[in-house]
Amino acid sequence: MAVVSTTGSTVMNNVEAVRATLYEAMKNDDRTVILGEDVGARGNVFLITKDFIGEFGERRVIDTPIAEASIVGIAVGMAMEGLRPIAEIQFADFIYPSFNQIVGEAAKIRYRSNGEYTCPLVIRTPYGGGVRGALSHSVSIEALFYHVPGLKIVAPAFPADVKGLLNASIDDPDPVLFLEHKKTYRLIKGEVPNGHYTIPLGKANVLKEGSQLTVVSYGLYVHWALEAARSLQDDGVSVEVIDLRSIRPMDKTAILNSVEKTHKLLIVHEDNKFGGIGAEISAMVAEEALFNLDAPIRRLCGPDVPAMGYALPLEEEFMSSPAEMADAMREMVKF
Amino acid sequence: MATIIMPQLGETVTEGTVAQWLKNVGDSVDKYEDFVEVSTDKVNAGVPSPVTGTIRELLVKEGETVATGTPIAIIEEVGAGASTSPPPAPATPQAEAAPVSAPPSSNGAAASSDPAAAGSDAALRGASPAVRRLAREHHIDIRALKGTGSNGRVTAEDVMAAARNVTTAAPAHAAPAPGPAAPPPTGRTSTYAQPIPGTIVPLTQARRIIAERMVESRRTAPHAWSMVEIDVTDVWAWRVREKARFERETGYKLTLLPFFIRAVVESLAAFPLMNARFNAGDGATAPSIYVNDEVNIGIAIGLPSNLVVPVVKHADKLSIKGLAAAAGELIDKARKGKLGVDDLAGGTFTVNNNGANGSWASAPIINAGQAGIVTMESVAKKLVVRDDDTIAIRSMMNCCLSLDHRVVDGYVASGFLADVKRRLERMGPQGEL
Repeated sequence: MAVVSTTGSTVMNNVEAVRATLYEAMKNDDRTVILGEDVGARGNVFLITKDFIGEFGERRVIDTPIAEASIVGIAVGMAMEGLRPIAEIQFADFIYPSFNQIVGEAAKIRYRSNGEYTCPLVIRTPYGGGVRGALSHSVSIEALFYHVPGLKIVAPAFPADVKGLLNASIDDPDPVLFLEHKKTYRLIKGEVPNGHYTIPLGKANVLKEGSQLTVVSYGLYVHWALEAARSLQDDGVSVEVIDLRSIRPMDKTAILNSVEKTHKLLIVHEDNKFGGIGAEISAMVAEEALFNLDAPIRRLCGPDVPAMGYALPLEEEFMSSPAEMADAMREMVKF
Repeated sequence: MATIIMPQLGETVTEGTVAQWLKNVGDSVDKYEDFVEVSTDKVNAGVPSPVTGTIRELLVKEGETVATGTPIAIIEEVGAGASTSPPPAPATPQAEAAPVSAPPSSNGAAASSDPAAAGSDAALRGASPAVRRLAREHHIDIRALKGTGSNGRVTAEDVMAAARNVTTAAPAHAAPAPGPAAPPPTGRTSTYAQPIPGTIVPLTQARRIIAERMVESRRTAPHAWSMVEIDVTDVWAWRVREKARFERETGYKLTLLPFFIRAVVESLAAFPLMNARFNAGDGATAPSIYVNDEVNIGIAIGLPSNLVVPVVKHADKLSIKGLAAAAGELIDKARKGKLGVDDLAGGTFTVNNNGANGSWASAPIINAGQAGIVTMESVAKKLVVRDDDTIAIRSMMNCCLSLDHRVVDGYVASGFLADVKRRLERMGPQGEL
């Protein structure tokens, strides 16, 4: 963590960490612009930008129409011409209309202009399920975008990481898709250093050291994996838990170093299994560390169904749980 | 009795604060009547009672914040009598339902379910890539192990445990056994560091390379040998004078080695053929000698299980102080097993500090691809008859040279040795390191 200047810390939850970081960014750099649906007068559906419009004015806190292609398209133009736009997609489920602007435009600007232009754009969006959000408020979108070179994807789990990584994303000269898991918004609290600091994009965090199994995750499932790993400690099961924090660039070194030690790898994520982030991690480890593997790599991921249902049994069937993760860990260690 | 829990007021809300109790203990409450006001960071809301009855207990004080799902009140339902209704605690998803994921599939070739199958070729076929690699590296026969994994599978941990046993078994065997000890089973292995008599010590990669290089050097380079005796009294005094300060400043020991290397590199400059290599040539190219344009001095360092020769690059460009620091760093790295490929490559001449172990003379084998190697033998005080026929007590050290007779003859070699001797004898008793 590159702490620039901090005096103490404040306990906040993830949603407060987003709000505090955005506020500082607006305060410290008048090139910063926030745009999206309901970010102005309504102050964002989670009240993240509440009162921003009063303080920074409607030229810097822009309520847009319900038109995601326009939100990102306009933000791309702003970024290319020297502003520091932070575009919000109200829920990740609504990001699809802006797919072309993100993948076809933002991610390719630097390459296409031969380095003449960059696109310092942050696209924030709440994602993930387990909140009874049903079909249009539960989706994980990371796998749809991680195939795209030129785009960085960040998915923090802890408030201090939210702040450090959001600051790094705002500072980054290229587009960053910043994913905020809705269920962690108020569930997860923690100390957040005061003052401005950044956490480098592409650096994972080993949350718990262990010797028998490596578990890699990100977002909400990091917390559940950690809970599961700790619940096994008394039985003498030693599990290492890695929080990716950044999905792309991916911290291959952290994963490979851990697998070299434990010889076993379990990947847990909420997003669908087929073609998910776990598929890439699994392929990477198979390519680069086959001779460190003492068990088949295992992925515990969302099922291949079109969406998360509203009915509680459907949602529970889609979501994993600390108990299910603990079972998988136990089986792998025993293998 | 109905236990009322803190409701979840909003999809991302995880806790609520009891703002105000609208009913007290003993008050009656109707179903759907608000009995408490709860505030969250999103909303303030009255919470309706799910039952009609009498408030029996308020479990949370006003102003207190609790997680959603925490019991906050107990209401006795009208007409319920002694019957109880189960608390509507939020169900935490348990794994008792049909498991979403199956246990890791054992691969088709895995060991059979009969643990006794361990010890057969089945174990070998079912061995994971990590087990195969670790077994190869530690010279463990997988078939000889009893697996502790599922279905008797030999795990990576089993291999490592076996590797540790091989090493730790040695001291027990080293103790003198009363009477003739039973010979270990044929083919049992031990390690080079802790060899057990009667066992086979497989070659480590390093040992194999050393063996091959030594044979190559002895076979291809005709070794000739010479020795001089050097008076190191003054340079020794110089070293003693500077020692404490140097060690304080750099953290490295100041031995005689850097002084000796300094003399050697100066002599190599005067005798460039000593800093050369012999190319035997093949059908296409004629044999030749290449005179190196760099002076990179290898330092032979003996470790318990092998020999490493890290290289001080461009040693001719370094002061004694610089040589001491460079050598100190390499020796440090060697002992910690941290030497990299770069540290070991590029040597053009080798120095072997053999005297540390009390040796008085030795006939070293040339590092293949070089023209010579010199040793520093032990320093001892001796009675010496000097040029003016006086007798003095002087610190004397032998210096031995093996040379590749294809590259140089005795004439050049003895000139070189005499030059090293002269330079070292002129060093000290004081000066700038």
